[in-house]
Amino acid sequence: MEYVVITFLCLGILLYFLLGGADFGAGIIELFTSTKNRSRTRKTMYQAIGPVWEANHMWLIIAIVILFVGFPHIYTTMSVYLHIPLLIMLIGIIARGTAFVFRHYDAIKDDMQWLYNRIFRYSSFVTPFFLGIIAGSVISGHIDTEAKDFLSAYVYSWLNWFSIAVGLFTVSLCGFLAAVYLIGETDNEDDKRRFIKKAEYMNISAVAFGAMVFIAAQFDNIPLIDWVFKNTVGLTAIILASLSLFLLWYLLLKGKTKVLRILAGFQVTMILVAISYAHFPNFIRLKNGDAISLFETVGPPKTIYSLGLALLLGSVLILPFLGYLFYKFQKKEE
Amino acid sequence: MDDFLAARSQMALSLGFHIVFSCIGMVMPFFMALSHYKWLKTNDEVYKNLTKAWSKGVAIFFATGAVSGTMLSFELGLLWPKFMEHAGPIFGMPFSLEGTAFFIEAIALGFFLYGWNKLNKWFHWFTGMVVGVSGLASGILVVAANAWMNSPAGFDFVGGKYLNIDPIQAMFNKAWFSQALHMCLAAFTATGFAVAGVHALMILRNRNKLFHLKAFKIAATFACIGALLQPLSGDLSAKDVAKRQPAKLAAMEALYHTEKPAPLLIGGIVNEEDRTVKGAIKIPGALSFLAHGDFKAEVKGLDQIPKNEQPPVAITHYAFQIMVGLGTFMMLISVLYFFNLFRKKSFADKPWLLKLFVFAIPLGYIALEAGWVVTEVGRQPWIIYGIMRTKDAVTPMPGIAYSFYIFSAIYFSLSIVVTFLLYRQIKMVPVVYDQPVEVK
Ligand code: HDD
Ligand code: HEM
Ligand code: HEM
Repeated sequence: MEYVVITFLCLGILLYFLLGGADFGAGIIELFTSTKNRSRTRKTMYQAIGPVWEANHMWLIIAIVILFVGFPHIYTTMSVYLHIPLLIMLIGIIARGTAFVFRHYDAIKDDMQWLYNRIFRYSSFVTPFFLGIIAGSVISGHIDTEAKDFLSAYVYSWLNWFSIAVGLFTVSLCGFLAAVYLIGETDNEDDKRRFIKKAEYMNISAVAFGAMVFIAAQFDNIPLIDWVFKNTVGLTAIILASLSLFLLWYLLLKGKTKVLRILAGFQVTMILVAISYAHFPNFIRLKNGDAISLFETVGPPKTIYSLGLALLLGSVLILPFLGYLFYKFQKKEE
Repeated sequence: MDDFLAARSQMALSLGFHIVFSCIGMVMPFFMALSHYKWLKTNDEVYKNLTKAWSKGVAIFFATGAVSGTMLSFELGLLWPKFMEHAGPIFGMPFSLEGTAFFIEAIALGFFLYGWNKLNKWFHWFTGMVVGVSGLASGILVVAANAWMNSPAGFDFVGGKYLNIDPIQAMFNKAWFSQALHMCLAAFTATGFAVAGVHALMILRNRNKLFHLKAFKIAATFACIGALLQPLSGDLSAKDVAKRQPAKLAAMEALYHTEKPAPLLIGGIVNEEDRTVKGAIKIPGALSFLAHGDFKAEVKGLDQIPKNEQPPVAITHYAFQIMVGLGTFMMLISVLYFFNLFRKKSFADKPWLLKLFVFAIPLGYIALEAGWVVTEVGRQPWIIYGIMRTKDAVTPMPGIAYSFYIFSAIYFSLSIVVTFLLYRQIKMVPVVYDQPVEVK
């Protein structure tokens, strides 16, 4: 059952990254769209993510619940030492979710829209940025459980070049995912071209920030290069990700949307695999060189057994229903 | 403000905020489903419009409920890491099932809100029901988790270690049934009265009477059934508390001294210094009866509880009085309502009754919050009753006061915006839904 639970945990994180990420990305795209095209972008976006945004964000909750039920030590270590970025991310989630719904359901469309839009766009940027910072910090080895002073315990644990680079990298990946997703959601040729452009920019910036992550890792003494290149799985994943980059550009120019989506998802998945495989099952790396491993901190057997059962049962109920939701609303209106 | 106090306040604020929205999310889908059903059966456009109008409100509330709930699942760790480290694996079962319920709820809501004219109409109706049922299920599950904090079960506590953990047993602890029942009824009562009151106000103002009368009737019927059953379930809860948490019961009733038989206090000013209550009306033997079903039974007072295990008395007592007082009042309104319903009088001709409902708009929610204060403050100083103290569970990170200020500001502004949005929704009802009904 341990493996079932861990699989669901990884799946939850991955799907949140892909689906929630595309969802954040839509806001990022809006942020970087010129004013005159914004309202059209907004409309496409609403049609595309309106019905599914709530479900997309459930993956985060699933991952968190698995963590605190199955791996309480990991959950509490993160919540103590990464309190500040978690808090900012939460504020972002609150601001974004509510602004998104409010702007659509406000019965009178007036100046308030301006405010909702602002909040929505900026929080769409801030939230994945801090999400990336958190992800970066967990593996960066800056969390210091022996720290005596406030700064080294609660601030330097996440405020370092590596985490920030990962944050920016995450933002550009989200934007990329969203742009690719949106291409298929519009019929208007003009819009389509704009989203293709956006996808290209986002892809370029993802590559640039990706390079920055490696450089920052060197600065912060994180053996990222070893993890990725001295390990067959990591190496294969990164090679596949790079190869798919070429295919991706080709498809982008051709405007083949459905395959493109799958490929973009695949690419992001490979990147996550490349970064995390080498130190799996270690989840958190600590400053003193120790690591908190999934297997060593796993909860008591009965808990894991019932958690795994609940997850399996839940997915039998959820997945068909969710698939139907995506299917039903993905097709454009005639 | 010290960190411990700040953490407690932030937790209380977040939960108090979330509960309002989650109750609406639990209950409104049923109102909608009923109205939707009537539309499908009678083809009366008014019911369709009502369903749509309500569903917009629900979308706003649902989103607010969802984000504040996401916040909570992190906050448990951010504020109470020591608690979660031990409690997570034990009381996590309801949370993991709750995750499933939420997920289904979120998916079904997607179908329901965006499914007009796209889905088979009965499937569409069904998705609305699914939203309600899974919302209710998540409410019950999370309350079962809270009940575990009141009545820990499913593990052996040996020398500071939590052994032989059994999450299923933990979920079905002694308090879960009475708390979950009382909570569900409270959700129907509070949301029902709030919704019915708003529509009553519109009827009084002579706006879209046809629309608002139908809305009023649906909401008020749910509310009043809830309000009639609530005291019964409250009595069940009180007997339960007497058995498992005598300290909480004594604090609820400000019973400083063990008495046999014990009187029930109504009102009164508590003086925590000299441990007395002034100016209360005493009903002899009534507390003995409420707690143990026997007018002569002995009821444990605070004098039998060690000093460092006594909850704050004044807050618990006042909160309990508020809940019971409002509960009794709403029960009386319900009696009047059903009396008029069965005599088949139109409510439009009963302005005094409508005015009572308008007055009752906030009462259910006040009772609901008060009830939680009883439960949570009455459990102090324990976070896990009898096992772990709240102050031992708080996060080591300093400066929680700032995060409390930030969240107070966020919740405050969200409340304002939500109220504002709702006001606008209601204001727009005549414009959006008042077109003459086309005859097909
Ligand atoms: C509309 C709201 C509402 C109303 C009218 C009432 N209650 Fe209540 N009460 C709640 C809403 C609530 C609650 C917020 O839902 C609580 C908090 C925890 C829980 O399980 O329910 C609660 C808790 C609660 C508890 C503590 C349970 C525990 O700690 O396990 C008792 C003893 C009562 N109630 C008793 C009553 C009585 C005798 C009422 C008589 C009229 C009453 N309540 C009306
Ligand atoms: C929505 C209704 C709820 C309200 C209004 C509420 C209110 C409160 C209040 C007032 C406190 C502070 C008590 C004090 O420190 O004196 C508190 C604490 C707490 N509550 Fe609740 N509560 C609710 C439901 C829940 C649920 C469902 C859970 C868990 C499943 C929960 C878990 C906690 C925890 C962990 C604390 C902090 C520790 C403590 O003070 O004991 N609460 N809550
Ligand atoms: C008495 C207390 C509570 C009740 C009755 C309750 C009930 C609900 C309900 C019915 C929803 C669905 C959202 C909606 O319909 O608006 C919801 C949302 C949520 N609740 Fe609570 N809840 C309570 C306390 C808590 C606590 C203590 C936590 C966290 C530990 C929590 C976590 C969540 C989460 C994560 C969501 C969002 C799910 C979504 O996106 O739909 N809730 N809650």
